Amino acid sequence: MFKTVIRRAGKCAAVAAASLMMMSAQAADPIKIGSFLSVTGPASFLGDPELKTLEMYVEKINEEGGVLGRQLELIHYDDVGNASSARNFASRLIRSDQVDIIVGGSTTGATMAAVPLVEQAQVPFISLAGAVVITNPVKKWVFKTPQTDRMAAERILADMKDRGITKFGLISGTGGFGSSGRTQTLEVAEQMGMEVVADETYSGSDTDMTAQLTNIRNTSGVQAVLNFGFGQGPAIVTRNYAQLGMELPFYQSHGVASDSFLELAGSSAEGLRLPASPLLVPDSLPDDDPQKEVVQNYKAEYEARWDSKVSTFGAYAYDGLMLAVRAMEEAGSTDPEAVRNALENINGYVGVTGVFNMSPEDHNGLDPESFRILEVQNGEWKLIN
Amino acid sequence: MLAEFLQYLFTGITIGATYALIALGFTLIYNASHVINFAQGEFLMIGGMATVSLTAMGVPMILAVVLAVILAGILGIALQRFAIAPAKQADVVTLIIITIGASIFIRGIAQIVWGKEYHVMQNFSTDQPIEVFGAVLNSQSLWVLGIGAILVVGLVLFFTKTLIGKAILATSMNKEAARLVGIRTQMVLMLAFMVSALLGSVAGIVVAPITFTSYDIGIILGLKGFVAAAIGGLGSGVGAVVGGLSLGIVEAMAAGYISSDYKDAVAFSMILLVLFFMPRGLFGAKVVERV
Repeated sequence: MFKTVIRRAGKCAAVAAASLMMMSAQAADPIKIGSFLSVTGPASFLGDPELKTLEMYVEKINEEGGVLGRQLELIHYDDVGNASSARNFASRLIRSDQVDIIVGGSTTGATMAAVPLVEQAQVPFISLAGAVVITNPVKKWVFKTPQTDRMAAERILADMKDRGITKFGLISGTGGFGSSGRTQTLEVAEQMGMEVVADETYSGSDTDMTAQLTNIRNTSGVQAVLNFGFGQGPAIVTRNYAQLGMELPFYQSHGVASDSFLELAGSSAEGLRLPASPLLVPDSLPDDDPQKEVVQNYKAEYEARWDSKVSTFGAYAYDGLMLAVRAMEEAGSTDPEAVRNALENINGYVGVTGVFNMSPEDHNGLDPESFRILEVQNGEWKLIN
Repeated sequence: MLAEFLQYLFTGITIGATYALIALGFTLIYNASHVINFAQGEFLMIGGMATVSLTAMGVPMILAVVLAVILAGILGIALQRFAIAPAKQADVVTLIIITIGASIFIRGIAQIVWGKEYHVMQNFSTDQPIEVFGAVLNSQSLWVLGIGAILVVGLVLFFTKTLIGKAILATSMNKEAARLVGIRTQMVLMLAFMVSALLGSVAGIVVAPITFTSYDIGIILGLKGFVAAAIGGLGSGVGAVVGGLSLGIVEAMAAGYISSDYKDAVAFSMILLVLFFMPRGLFGAKVVERV
């Protein structure tokens, strides 16, 4: 008994001594990466994979020797999907934790709540949320990794045009995602000389959209249907669409680009198209696609570490972290101004979401082509272009 | 024109039948205790979610349905025993607030047990829709209507032909007098909660293939069911059925002919109108104050 205690104490001492030596070897303070994410609450499907991704890659980078010879330290808070707590946590990250850069903000609401603080404190901030307002107009210290809903609309409408479609019916959810998507679609359609001949909506809790779809079907001249929405609504629309026997080409938005949508919609989803991250089809990407390796690696590493399916949202965090690391390496320091300038000049960074080319006018750096158009064939995603 | 109208009508009747079943659950408990049970929607959720998870575990569909309904029944009894009964001397308003608390509690547990995703349930019979004069009808809608009708007839028989049913009716009419003739009113109350939980869970199961199911599906469907019960006149069985069907049909017609944006507005102005001109609802009992 006594012996084991001694032996354990000896082991502890050895471990402590070893870690002390390691610490003295890296005398420099760690680089602090701050994050506030919606890890629990209604937006946990965003924040949960994002946090897992950040934790896992900070660990990995540290094992490989860190950045600029310094270790990374991740400081994160859970904003529960609440914009006002996001603001509080952003302020804590800046004032008391004094982080070098912030990578976070799962939702547009949380991001926009933190933006004024970040701008005032002059800390580089890479957001993981979707809406176009985050980087348009450009804010000096704010960047973001996901594509905007406008790009999704551009990509879908371009694909329609390729198929000779100029008049289509739109059905969208009345939630934030759907209504923003609707506005962007109407604007893009006008620019591209296309016509939205039917414009229907449904609310997030609706359980049957047959009436709206019947209206679209009875509109003369409609050649295709686009559904912009999020959650279970689009799956119900898809099912109703099949029940009504509608045969027009059918499009969904990137809001439902996940395997769980396929599960909900079942065989009704056959033949529909949507814009999505290449992460859904890592193996069908052509070999000369620069993203192929990055996408495959991320998927393999994430699934091996967490034993759960990789998600597009986690990839936004991956790109955010890697952009931050690259900017610090290029700046050669963690000086906020230098890192910000380096971020703004990042060119040709190949991420999971797309290839980023930042500029002073574009703090997102992606183009619509970073979305791949996928079609559902035999219950699986198939890469179209 | 006809095809269009029929399409809206089918949609409306299907969803309306669900509202009616939920409204019936509200009515039952209201009759027995004058409590509006806001946990009614949760029974619906329990029915759907338990069936889905049991079938996912490999239990045959029919057995899963039976088990889910039993589970909901037990939950109904537990709700009455552990939440309502201990507060027996409290105001009706207090009891209503207790049911709201209970519904949040049940939803929280469901979220932990089943997660937050939406789940699919297969149609009971074919996936092939049925075509009627150019309009299409989901085969599951027939199940919803058929089972709804059976339940309504069953309830009527239960209340008019069985002693227990009559005891519930008697308690709802006059609690004191019922107790005097030897009816155990606490028991009756528990029965009312159980029967309404059974109704709710059956509604949740038959409608799940159409609406999908998730831990929070009970909130909005429960609310709509309450609206239907209020339109029909709280406490009236016929009122619950008529209220549910008309709410469903008005919603579908509004979405089809006016605009989907105004669908809920039309449905809710309907209650305002009904309650404005008939404060006790369409079939509400006339209350005569005895001096």
